Amino acid sequence: MTTMEREQGHIVEPKVLVRVWLALMALTGLLVASSFVSHTLAVWAMLTLTPLKAWLVLQFFMHLRYEGPLLKGMVLVALSVLVIFIGMMFLDLGLR
Amino acid sequence: MSEAGHSDYQGAKIGMWLFLFTELMLFGGLFLLYSGYRSLHPEAFHHASQGLSVLLGTVNTLVLLTSSLFAALALTAVQQGRSAESARWTGLTAALGLVFLLIKAFEWGMKFLHGIYPGSALVKALPQGEGLFFGLYFTMTGLHGLHVLAGVALLSVMALLVRRGTVAQGDCVLLENSALYWHIVDVIWIFLLPLFYLAA
Repeated sequence: MTTMEREQGHIVEPKVLVRVWLALMALTGLLVASSFVSHTLAVWAMLTLTPLKAWLVLQFFMHLRYEGPLLKGMVLVALSVLVIFIGMMFLDLGLR
Repeated sequence: MSEAGHSDYQGAKIGMWLFLFTELMLFGGLFLLYSGYRSLHPEAFHHASQGLSVLLGTVNTLVLLTSSLFAALALTAVQQGRSAESARWTGLTAALGLVFLLIKAFEWGMKFLHGIYPGSALVKALPQGEGLFFGLYFTMTGLHGLHVLAGVALLSVMALLVRRGTVAQGDCVLLENSALYWHIVDVIWIFLLPLFYLAA
């Protein structure tokens, strides 16, 4: 981040935002369509397409891609804690 | 920069992100609860999910994703000095939030008409897993709906502030933080769609 950008952050061009929106629409269509094909495909689509959609929103709409290492690190730590919780819960359920 | 006009842009944004992390943990806990109960009652969740409208869930997803685009466009516009345009995008974001809530209200209303609401005789008579599914459905979409309502109120105020010039190019962290909040509400819905509507 340059000094000039410090007071208002990175500017993301409208055409980039519209492209991300189109991708989100397409991924939603794919996700919904795959849920009608088979249960296995639906689960796989949920596990891959849903985090991908969330990632696109975080990266472009929330400008995370253009942030410095501090904010990126903070988000990484918060998400890691959540993933550890999820892992621990499934470990508990799986070992009963 | 004068002392009176001092604003800590980075600090304001980091503060907002810290708040978003608490939101993440709030909904994260509920997602854990959902995953835990679903793994204990897979068939019941599968069956109960068939009672939800995929169409309404999907339309609401498209509404919320589009509103997120509008919020991002509003920020770009104000950053580039196009305040009137930014106020319009911000207002449209809030309007789509209201559309989302109307569709949600219709959806809940239909469930209520069929006797499906928290604590109803019908839900109590359902198999345990299906009762849990609807309990989680109302809790999670309800809590999410409250967040949408708060976001609509927040963005309506922001539209006014941008129009008045209180929030403008070079000093727009209020709008940036409001947009961040709106996007996290969108991200949470991105996960709610497959868990509830597409689980069948």
